Formats: sequence, C-alpha cells, structure tokens
Amino acid sequence: MKRSLFSIFTVLVLMGLILSACGPGATEAPAPVEPAAPAATEAPVEEQPAATEAPAMVEKTVVIGFTSSLTGSQEVSSKRQVNGLNLWMQQVNDAGGIKLSDGTVVKFAAQTYDDESNKERVQELYTRLITEDNADFLISPYSSGLTAAASIIAEQNGKIMITAGAAEDDAYKTGNTSLFQLYTPGSLYLISTVDMLKTLDPEAKVAIVHENDKFSTAVVEGLKPYLESHGFETVLEEGYASDTADFGPVINKIVESGATVLLGGGHYPDGSTFARQLYERKAGLKFVSLLVAPADSKFPELGDAALGVATSSQWELVATHTPEEAAVLGKEWYGPTGEDFAAAYEAMTGDKPTYHVAGGYTAGLVLQKAIEDADSIDPEKVKAALEAMDIFTFYGGIKFDTSPEAHGLQVSHQMVVAQWQKNDAGELVRQVIWPADVATADPLYPIPAPQ
Amino acid sequence: MKLWNRYSGLILPVLVVAALAVWPVITGKPANRESAFTILKAVALASSLNILLGYTGYVSFGHIVFYGFGGYVGIFLLTEKGWSLWTAILAGGAASGILAFLLGSAILRLRGAYFALATIGVNEAMRAFINNFELFGGPTGITLNFSVYRDFGGAAHALQTSFYIGAGLALLALLLSYIVRTSKFGLGLLAIRENEDAAEVMGVVAPRAKTWAYVLSAIIPGMVGVLFFFKNGNVEPHDAFPLHASIELLVMVMLGGQGTVLGPILGAFAYQGMRGYLVTSPIFKDIQLSVSGALLLMIVLFIPAGAIGWLRHRVPPLRRVLA
Amino acid sequence: MQQINILLASLPDGILLGFVYGLAAMGLTLIWGVMNVINLSHGPIIALGMFGTFFLFTRLNLNPYAGLIPVAIMGLLLGVLIYVIAVHRVINAPHLSSLLATFSVNMIIIGLGTAVLTTSPYNVDFSAGSFKLGSATLLGTRLIAALVAMLFTGGLYLFLYRTRPGKFIRAVANNRSAAELMGVPSTRILALSFGLGTMLAAVSGALIATFFPFNILSGGSYELKSFVIGVLGGLGNPIGALFGGLILGMIEGIIPAFLEQSWVPVIEFGLFVLILLVRPSGLFGAKK
Repeated sequence: MKRSLFSIFTVLVLMGLILSACGPGATEAPAPVEPAAPAATEAPVEEQPAATEAPAMVEKTVVIGFTSSLTGSQEVSSKRQVNGLNLWMQQVNDAGGIKLSDGTVVKFAAQTYDDESNKERVQELYTRLITEDNADFLISPYSSGLTAAASIIAEQNGKIMITAGAAEDDAYKTGNTSLFQLYTPGSLYLISTVDMLKTLDPEAKVAIVHENDKFSTAVVEGLKPYLESHGFETVLEEGYASDTADFGPVINKIVESGATVLLGGGHYPDGSTFARQLYERKAGLKFVSLLVAPADSKFPELGDAALGVATSSQWELVATHTPEEAAVLGKEWYGPTGEDFAAAYEAMTGDKPTYHVAGGYTAGLVLQKAIEDADSIDPEKVKAALEAMDIFTFYGGIKFDTSPEAHGLQVSHQMVVAQWQKNDAGELVRQVIWPADVATADPLYPIPAPQ
Repeated sequence: MKLWNRYSGLILPVLVVAALAVWPVITGKPANRESAFTILKAVALASSLNILLGYTGYVSFGHIVFYGFGGYVGIFLLTEKGWSLWTAILAGGAASGILAFLLGSAILRLRGAYFALATIGVNEAMRAFINNFELFGGPTGITLNFSVYRDFGGAAHALQTSFYIGAGLALLALLLSYIVRTSKFGLGLLAIRENEDAAEVMGVVAPRAKTWAYVLSAIIPGMVGVLFFFKNGNVEPHDAFPLHASIELLVMVMLGGQGTVLGPILGAFAYQGMRGYLVTSPIFKDIQLSVSGALLLMIVLFIPAGAIGWLRHRVPPLRRVLA
Repeated sequence: MQQINILLASLPDGILLGFVYGLAAMGLTLIWGVMNVINLSHGPIIALGMFGTFFLFTRLNLNPYAGLIPVAIMGLLLGVLIYVIAVHRVINAPHLSSLLATFSVNMIIIGLGTAVLTTSPYNVDFSAGSFKLGSATLLGTRLIAALVAMLFTGGLYLFLYRTRPGKFIRAVANNRSAAELMGVPSTRILALSFGLGTMLAAVSGALIATFFPFNILSGGSYELKSFVIGVLGGLGNPIGALFGGLILGMIEGIIPAFLEQSWVPVIEFGLFVLILLVRPSGLFGAKK
C-alpha cells in the first residue's frame, strides 16, 4: 500500500511538471528572471511614470539580452565579459541614462540566461530573449561557436547583436547584416606576434599546436600563410581536442621536431594546462605564445610556469589607448579612459580587468554611442549609426566592415602582444612587448630555462 | 465508432503531436515555436528509439549517432553539392538507415549490457572520426551560408518551415511506431524482447527482425539531424554526437513508458518541458540537473514501467486507448 | 628516427598513466563482475576523488598521498550509500533500470557539483620532481601514482583471495543464490562490493588530480576510458583491468608518434567495438 501511494505521488509530481512546463508559454508570460546586473534593482523604479520630474521627460528602459556560460568550458572568459557589460550598464544608468533630443531618457536593463557553453540551448534562449523578454538589443554569448548559432536568431528577427568574444571570421561572411564585431578577427590574431619574431629571431623554427575548434583553427589559418611569407619554417602543426588533459605526447613531439617557438593554444582550460605541462616537462622553448589563457588574470596561479608565456591581447591596461592617440589618428574619442575604467572595475569586483572584461564593457559602450548618434532606439537607425561608426575608445579603434561579403567584421581595432614577466619585486606581471611604440617592457627572449 | 475502436491507440498520440504543432501557430509566439520544436524533435527521436528499446528490448546508449551522422551527410549535400533541403533530409535518413544496417548486422549479436557498451563505442568512435574527417570540415564542422535560407523567403520563413517539417517528422515517427507496434513484424520484435531464444524457436528470424528494427529506428533520427542542423546554421562534431543526449532519450522513453506508442511522446514532452522550465527558473537554475536526476531515480525505482505503463496496469479500461 | 625518439619519450609516460587508468577501470569492472551493473556514476565519483585531494591539500595542507586514505574511506562510504539508495532496488531488474538508476546518481552529483564547485578548472599545485630516463622526462607524480595503483591492485587481490569478506564477494559474483544458501549475507556483500568499486574510482581520481587539471565534469572521459579498459581486460575481471589499462596507456603513447593526437580516440573506440564483437570476454578472458 505504501508503495502504491508513493507511485501515485510520483505520477502527480510528473503531471505537475508537465503542466508547469507548458504553463509559461501557454498561459501568461513568466515573471522576468531577476537580471544579474547591479542595475537590476533600479528597473522597477523606472517603470513608474516620473511624475515629479519635468513632464517632457519620458523614461524608456531598453532591455539588453544575452546568454552567458555560467557553466561549461567557456565559463572563465564568459563571466569576465558579462562583468564588463554589467559595469557599463551600472555606470550609464547611474549617470542618468542617455538623453535623446525628444526628451526620452534611455536606461538599460539586462536579461540573461545560462547557456551552459552549449550550442543547443543558445538558439532557444535567444529566441526567448527576443520574443518573451522583449530584448531590444543583443550581446553575443562568449566564443565563436555559440555566437554562430545565436547570430541566426538575431538575423531572422532583425535584432542587432554586438559580438564581443567571437573572433572567428566566418560568422561574418555568411550574409549576415545584424552582427557587429568588436574583436580583431581571428585570422589576424597572431600577425603582430610574427612581426615581433621577425625582429627577434628570424631563424626561429615554429611549432603550431592549437585547440581543434572554430576560433583557434581560424587563427591558425590566418597565421600559416603569414609565417610562410615571412620566411619562417613550420616544423610541426597539430590540433588537440578541447578537453585534452595530457599534453605529454604533444610536448614530446614538439621537442623532437626541433621547434624553438610555439604558437597556438585555444581557450582558458586547455591553455593553462598546456603551459603548466610545458614547464614541468622542461620543453626548453625560446618563446611560447598561447591564445586566450595567458590573458586571464588567473593565469599567474601557475606560478613559474607562467613566466615568459605570451599571448595576443585585444586590450591591455598597461598599454591602454588614449585620447592623444585618437587625436593623432584624427578619430573621434569616446568613453572613459582606460585608467578610469580599470578603477571602476576594481572597485566593483576587486579584480584587474582583462581584455574579456574590456570587450564586454565596450560592447555596451558602442551600443550607447550608436543610440546617441542615431538619437533614437529604433533598430534601423541604430544599425545605420553602427555602420557609420568610426571611433576610438580606451579599447582601441572601432569601425565595422559594411560590404555585403563581410558585413560587421571589425576593421579598425588592433591587437598587442603581452607576456608574463617578473617585476623587480619578483611578482608576475603581464607586460606589453609589441608593438614597440606601446611596449612597456622588452620581450623576454628566450624564456629562461626552469631550474 | 468502428474507426475509433480500430485506431483508438493512435488517436491520443496524434492529438498530442498535433496540439504541439498548432500551439505556437495559435499563440503566434516564436518562443513557443522554439520550445515546441525542441519537444517535437525529442518526440521524433524518442519514438524512434522506442522501436529498438521498447519493442525489441535492446538498450542503445549511442542512438544519437544516427542523428549526427544523418545530419552531417544531409548538411554536406546541402552546402557542398547544392541539394535542396527536401532531398538532403531524405538522403540523411537514408544514410543513417544504411549505417544502421551495416552496424546492426554486427553489433546486434551482442546482448544486454554488451550491446549498450558497443553503442557507446560506436558513437564515440564516429565522433572522433568525423573530428578528423576533412571532407566534413573536421573539428570546425560545416557552416551554412545565409543564402540557403533565401529559397524559403529569408531566415524567418525558413525557421517557420523547419518547424512544420519538424512536426511532420514527429508525426511520421509516431505513425511508424504505431504501425510497427500493431504489425506482425512488431509482434515478432516483442517476442524477441520477452525471450529471444524462444522467439527463434517460434519462427521469428531474430537477426533479420532485429536488424530491420534497428534500421527503422535510425532513419527518422537521421532526417531530424539534417533538419536541426539546417535550422541551427552549422554542425560540429561536438554538437552532432552528444553522448548525454542519447541517455536523455532513454530517460524520455523510460519516463513515459517503454514499449508503448504514447509513452515516449509523453516522456519527451515531460522531460524537455521540465528541463526548459528548470533551466530558466531562478530557483532551480543551478541544480536543474540534480532535480532531473532525482526525479529520474524515483521513476526508475518506483514506477519502472513509466507513466503509461503504470496507468495501463492500474486502470485496465485505459489499455485500449493508451497503446 | 624522429618517430622512434617520440615513441621512446612517450611510451614510459603512457605506461605509467595506464596503471592509473587501470585502477579506475578496476572499480567499474569489479562492480560489473559481482552484480552485473554498469555503474554510470563512475565518472562523477572519479571527479569527487579529485576534489577530495584538492580540498585536503589546499585546506588542510595534507600531502596528496596521505590524503588517499580519507579519500578511499569516503569513496567506500559513498559507494555503500549509493548502493543502498539507488542500486539495491533494481539489482534484479533488467539492465536498463540499473543503468538509468546509476545515471541518475551521475546527474545528481554533477548537478550539485556544478552548483557548488562551478566548472572552472582546478589544479593541485603539487610536484614530486621529474627526472630523465634516456630521452624521456618522467614526472615524479606519475611514477608514484603508478606505484600506488599497483599497491592497490595487490591489496585488492589479497582482499579478494585471502580474507573472508573477499571470498564472500567472489562467491556472490560466482552464484548469488548459491552463496545465499551457504549463509553469505548477500545484501551486505553487494553493498561492500559497490563501495569497493567506488573506492577504487575515487582513489584513481585522487591520483589523477596530482598531475592533471580537473573540474566536476572531468570524470566523464575517464569513465569512457574505463569502459574501453574493462572490455579489453574482460568485464568482471579486476586483474585483467590493470592489463587493459596498460594497453590503453601504451596506445596513447604509441599513436602520437605516427599520427595526429586527435586520432587516438578513433583508434581506442574502434578497437573497443572490435573487441566487443570478436571477443566480448576480453583479451584476458572474463569469468563469464
């Protein structure tokens, strides 16, 4: 008897779940999930008409929709990107929003879900963001793979999507018109690193070992012809699976190939492991450049294994872009200085900003600028403003390709090469080593051998 | 009335699928359409798996291999060879069917857990192989150009069309499931499930019947794969052969009741609906997997026949309706 | 020539790893041998073992090898708990039931683990030095891990063949109803066997954590490896699992010398299916 009672209970639970599952869509819109942004607390207040203010002022809350990877392989970088975006949103709302000429005051609210670093859910969640949560503008998820899936939803609904952590070129060459890229495209990632090698050691023998995914492969496809045209010999080229834990066999191959320089990597988890094992196995390379991982502020947790590891960075605080630079280039300066941005970020999170943070912040900043330029939140006008945009921020130049073949591809932003070095106190710090005019330190070349 | 008696087992499943297909049209919300598509996809896959799992009694842990393989073949033909979506879907189904035929004659000799392990191995080997297979784009897969949606009047219409095709495939899957279930061939499968050796003695040619059941359970997943990746815009090895999705399919079949036509449909509906709800619910978002797991455990331990099996057992008059 | 050098460098590493893989697989195959259950919560338990080492090492500053003892005890208790809650009721049900029951345990652990520990990579920053053997660099952590794995294998062997509970386990594995007739408390023995299986998984995880980074999802790939090894060595044959692990380790050492590393899983799983087809009892023969 007890058993059958329990069975009935279980069936009831099941039925309840079925009902609750169709409930949200069929009956009424669900209460919006409390946005993660600090700005969220202000949202309800804004809903009330601002009766006490001047009657011409109309507050309008613009919903920015995005998914982030709270779990899964892209977690580390994705969270930083979201932190940056949240900081921007907090700042713009605290400053009273954007005031348009017709008296509208635009404020922002975030609507976000966890995509689990899983492409399958991304499309459903972005559709939900657009249709149920009425998101006005979209920010991309982190990583090229997730963005490719999300961009289709943006495109079919005519929603603008600013892509932050999505460098791979191909996504912008599929006939899209709604994507706008902030990162320097993947195929150009290692160009400046090769330029630097050319001056340091033209005889270097290069091993290319990279994660087998969209982004890293795009980087390598751009890298190979450039290496060749600069007369470098590539002695090994190999891909590894994203979840590789044991780099031992690969490192043995690098050593046997006689390579002196390693270019490659992928994302955070594999890159940090790779660096650690290169050190443990005393691979003895003169120079190591890995994608993404060394740009994160968690990287020095590797200790001495981090020393000398370089990365291509979209932005570095120590070489942040300045209004003077903009003036020299004759471009319009927009937004805060890098120091102000970094100070605000440290006050919010207690952490130094990385380029993923800066990317997330700039995504918001670019949207803000476009709304100001368009003097409207009408998507078509904002899109026109984005297409016409040619500005300079602390993060660097922002200008989008407008040709139908590669619409939205970033054409102005430039990358730097950063390397982990020891300062006088013996602490690991990330120094900019290239291009020479913004460098804060000389390249550490070759990397000193571990004791 | 006569018709009702004859096809009563088919009516409820068709109604469920039809309701799912009509729901987004009535509400006019694309978000509902996406949710319904996810559920319909699960219905089609779970119903297909049920032919092998529920009727024949073979536990496949890697059934998603047919979804991924068919999807890859279809998308390859679509982008590289310029085939239309319709022919690509058919080709994807055919490719999966052929794969199942070739595999089936080998691995269906294994029984019980050995078969389950072999299907895991096949799925992982296939994923690793496609990862190295340059013709299919290797690890980065194949990305569609937006121009393929132009034939459908733009991306928005293409997604709408995809939804209707998805509903059609789900309907097809349940019809197939019903036909197999009520046919003599299906009776042979049920006999194999109960006792394979005895079935052979009774004149069921088990190897042949099993192989055909395997092929039938593979075709629709292949077609669904093509459709899903067409709608998704790209296909990568990681997304095409997710092992956990295979296991989720088992959960759906189990939840609703294996070996019944309606069971997998309800199971797919409940599981996907529940997950869709938990993932976006602020309370359960972080532990949604645990909640799903705990629920699954309760069902396995206390109502192993699934919801439909339990109802059939408890309320005999329903047996006619709940086939 | 270059290939030979790579081979010489990678093979010793692969062999050392093979012992640890073998230890993990031994846990899986022991459970299968005794109660015909494939434990799909094997992977998350390996991951929990990894976290066990991590927290003992970072919070209590316990040496990872001293930490093996509490990890093993926790693994044993966790296994008994899982058996009582999830497995006992379906022990005589069709395979699907026990597969799904252990899979739901997998989901529960992964779900809670993700919520509490996130999926960021963790590292146990511990080094036992390294030394050169010819052209190969051997890491101290891996050498010790291989030794520990051998110790545990020996211990398991002695337990199964020299102690009373061990003999009971073998009796239950051989014929449960006959063992019950002889007065063997089969439920307790089954729970103990399941606990031993998860203990081995947790210990192997604890060892792996000393040289590879991990998160709560990391166990999955070692679970798959355990399947391959279990089949290579013969499901239900714990000692065969150690040899299966060695073979897998060697494959991982040999293949990268001749092919890109990404071909390793193709060959591993291809071999897995092939062996299931031609010799389902494994290369070293199983009991059944």
